[in-house]
Amino acid sequence: MSTSRKGSMMKTPDIQRRKVLTIGSFKLGICHGHQVIPWGDLDSLDMLQRQLDVDILITGHTHQFKAYKHEGGVIINPGFGTGAYSSITYNVNPSFVLTDIDGLRLVVYVYELIGGEVKVDKIDFKKAQPVG
Amino acid sequence: MQNSIPDGFPSTNDQEKLLADALALVQHHAFYMHRALDNNNLQDALKFSAQMLGELRTSKLSPQKYYELYMKTFDELRMLEVFFKEETKRGCTNAYLYEEVQHAGNVLPRLYLLCTVGSVYIRSKEAPAKEVLKDLVEMCRGIQHPVRGLFLRSYLSQISKDKLTDAASEFEGEGGTVVDAVEFVLQNFTEMNKLWVRMQHQGPAKEKEKREKERSELRDLVGKNLHVLSQLEGVDLDMYRDIVLPRVLEQVVNCKDELAQYYLMDCIIQVFPDEYHLQTLDTLLGACSQLQPSVDVKTVMSQLMDRLSVYAASAPEVLAEFSQVEAFSKLSEAVIKVIEVQQDMPLVGAVCLHVALLTFTLRVHADRLDYVDQVLGACVKKLNGVGKVNDSKATKQIITLLSAPLEKYNNVVTVLNLTNYPKIMEHLDYGTNKIMAVVIIQSIMKNGTFIMEADKVEALFQLLKELVQDSDGSPTLDELDEEDFMEEQNLVARLVQMLTNEDNDEMFKILITAKKHFQKGGSKRLGYSLPPLVFSALKLVRRLQEQDKNNEVDKVTFSPQEQGSSTEADEANISPQKVFQFLLQTVDSLSAVPAPELALRLYLQCAEAANDCDLEPIAYEFFTQAFVTYEEEISDSKAQVTSIHLIVGTLQRMHVFGVENRDTLTHKATGYSAKLLKKPDQCRAVYVCSHLFWIEDEGGVQDGERVLLCLKRALRIANAAQQMASVTKGSGGPVTLFVEILNKYLYYFEHGNQHITNAVIQGLIELIVTEMQSENTTQDPTVDAFFASTLRYIRFQKQKGDGVAERYAAIEV
Repeated sequence: MSTSRKGSMMKTPDIQRRKVLTIGSFKLGICHGHQVIPWGDLDSLDMLQRQLDVDILITGHTHQFKAYKHEGGVIINPGFGTGAYSSITYNVNPSFVLTDIDGLRLVVYVYELIGGEVKVDKIDFKKAQPVG
Repeated sequence: MQNSIPDGFPSTNDQEKLLADALALVQHHAFYMHRALDNNNLQDALKFSAQMLGELRTSKLSPQKYYELYMKTFDELRMLEVFFKEETKRGCTNAYLYEEVQHAGNVLPRLYLLCTVGSVYIRSKEAPAKEVLKDLVEMCRGIQHPVRGLFLRSYLSQISKDKLTDAASEFEGEGGTVVDAVEFVLQNFTEMNKLWVRMQHQGPAKEKEKREKERSELRDLVGKNLHVLSQLEGVDLDMYRDIVLPRVLEQVVNCKDELAQYYLMDCIIQVFPDEYHLQTLDTLLGACSQLQPSVDVKTVMSQLMDRLSVYAASAPEVLAEFSQVEAFSKLSEAVIKVIEVQQDMPLVGAVCLHVALLTFTLRVHADRLDYVDQVLGACVKKLNGVGKVNDSKATKQIITLLSAPLEKYNNVVTVLNLTNYPKIMEHLDYGTNKIMAVVIIQSIMKNGTFIMEADKVEALFQLLKELVQDSDGSPTLDELDEEDFMEEQNLVARLVQMLTNEDNDEMFKILITAKKHFQKGGSKRLGYSLPPLVFSALKLVRRLQEQDKNNEVDKVTFSPQEQGSSTEADEANISPQKVFQFLLQTVDSLSAVPAPELALRLYLQCAEAANDCDLEPIAYEFFTQAFVTYEEEISDSKAQVTSIHLIVGTLQRMHVFGVENRDTLTHKATGYSAKLLKKPDQCRAVYVCSHLFWIEDEGGVQDGERVLLCLKRALRIANAAQQMASVTKGSGGPVTLFVEILNKYLYYFEHGNQHITNAVIQGLIELIVTEMQSENTTQDPTVDAFFASTLRYIRFQKQKGDGVAERYAAIEV
């Protein structure tokens, strides 16, 4: 599964939508992120994750790649594929993310274009066995 | 016997029969001739061969069929030639044979036999080659019938080919020199051409086309002579220039025959080397202008220019030659002259000529932009008075003309230097002009060409006029296809990224130029063109900001060189303030569209940028505009919710505002939040406003009390929403808002807001539990899950180290 962002300046689309998907044993939530204030704030995003009751929350708006791992799950901001201007992030590095779900294991591969070179990073997350 | 049309050739079916009959007769006579050859009987051989050759006296066969007959007899004559050679070994002299064959009764067989003996005669070297050849070429005048004459002379050409007195040939010397060889071929050529031209005037006028077709079939017979000339080793540039070319051209011009002229000019160009053409350019081009008006001279000249273009590319040393002979000026003058002289040349023809000349110029003199511009200028002159071109073929050629420099230089900036380029574009109709504009932008994008000067940007927008604005004669926007329009405008938007300069002053000039043109675009276009312009300007602001920052650092360290650069920055004309002014005006223009949601977003982007530059009044102004836009123009409820979130989210990040300004804007934001239409939206917007009172950045306000007030207000709204829902839908609405607010309590609790106490949290937890258990409440599994995960979170926090557990200890779940 790959995730990347479509710019919100394009024709003011309805970006209030959120979506919850189930892939394998993981529940994913997707939301643009501008409604979660303060923007980019981990604790506020945490709340959204609880609200959607998902293991993985994918969000955006800040144009900066971020991945947080905590007891409740993972929050991923894949950044912005074209490196377009953001008022929040200076010097946006173009990035995108591929997530691989295998049973209870989630691996996030991050591709960033930094200084003309593609850098790849990896984040592992293992979901706790459901009780009972 | 079939009826044959007087003065023309009989029909095809008849042709087949006639040929078959003739071939049979040739076979018949040849049989007897062979017998005579076997018996060494010269007289009989001559007799039967003459009879055989008699078949070639027919006037009834079409050229194609005659050719078949000719080939058959040709083969037989080879046997005869061998026989003649053997005869001379047996004591018979060539001179004697030469005499004998002339006793043949009819002139055509006589001449074929004479040529055949001539071949043997020359090879034996008993007489000088030049004399024999001279005699033969003149004797052939005895045949004035076009088809028969052409084939006879062709025969002469074929048997003499390897016996010409070329330089270093075995026949040179006593036999003659290359001058004699040239003279012979020229004479044969001249006579053959005359015969060929005469065919045009045989027969009734209505069969003109048929005759031309037949003539076409014979053209290579005539052209062969030129080929022979080109193969002569002894014909060097001087001889070509002084003898060969003038004589050939004399015949070409004087024959005044369209078919011959076109074919022969083409032949000359193809057959002789390009260096020769280069050195005789005047003569060649001079002849071009003397040809019949109906000759397609533009194709001839195009061929010439194409060949020369290829020649130029073959070796770099060659290019110097081109300049030396002033090829360009000669060709361009010739083009102009031809167009002048041929008054009724269609427009497409004239443009084609310019395309060929341009191709030549781009290959040979690519570095001479002035030449390229000159060619375009000549074309402009031709187009003057035509107005908009509506001939599709001519239009296609004009596009080729305009695309050529783009493809050659791969750099639109170079093309922008061609002053005549836009003038040609003006002659294109609306649709084609747009196509060309798109081609230009695509060239920029494909080649990654940056347009770095404001005046170049200005020139570029002139070319893109039809894309960027409406003009007289362009269809109304309603008539345009939606999708096409969108694609075009997106292309223009992308173009903005390529208009850039590292020098800040120039960059600003570029922005102003671009905006000037975009303003003329009308409301439908502004929504596409202005956003990229805004972001381009914001990038400039950032650049200025970073440069200022660097200069500040320098000021602190007081190093001598850097002092200099900081004064430079002070003297720079462009400042962030000026750019913000520009931005304000630009975003304002969107109200013409109208595009309030877009404008709002852009105002907020600008506010953030102003915040980063520590420009409080400017940031305030942008917020004011954002609010005004919200108040006056955004009435859709969904859009309002999004807008409020954007405003609050942006405001929350502002550090530049003093207390007063901050309070005013916060008050506005919370006020609007509470006035959203739907209660749940109100509730959420209000609790989100709580973050306006809690800034975690250095120096940020952290007003715990007002945070709590906000959350309590949100709670009241949530309650009201509950009650409303129970009234209207019969049971209490979902409890999710309470859970959300609970999570907010936890947020501030964690972040150290003293006003959020255990008791407050406990109270809300119990409230939620009560509501969920109440009969009036609709069960909602997502809310249950939310509450459950919230409680799970609290339990988790109770286990955590770092003093967290202690804080959570009092909360019971």
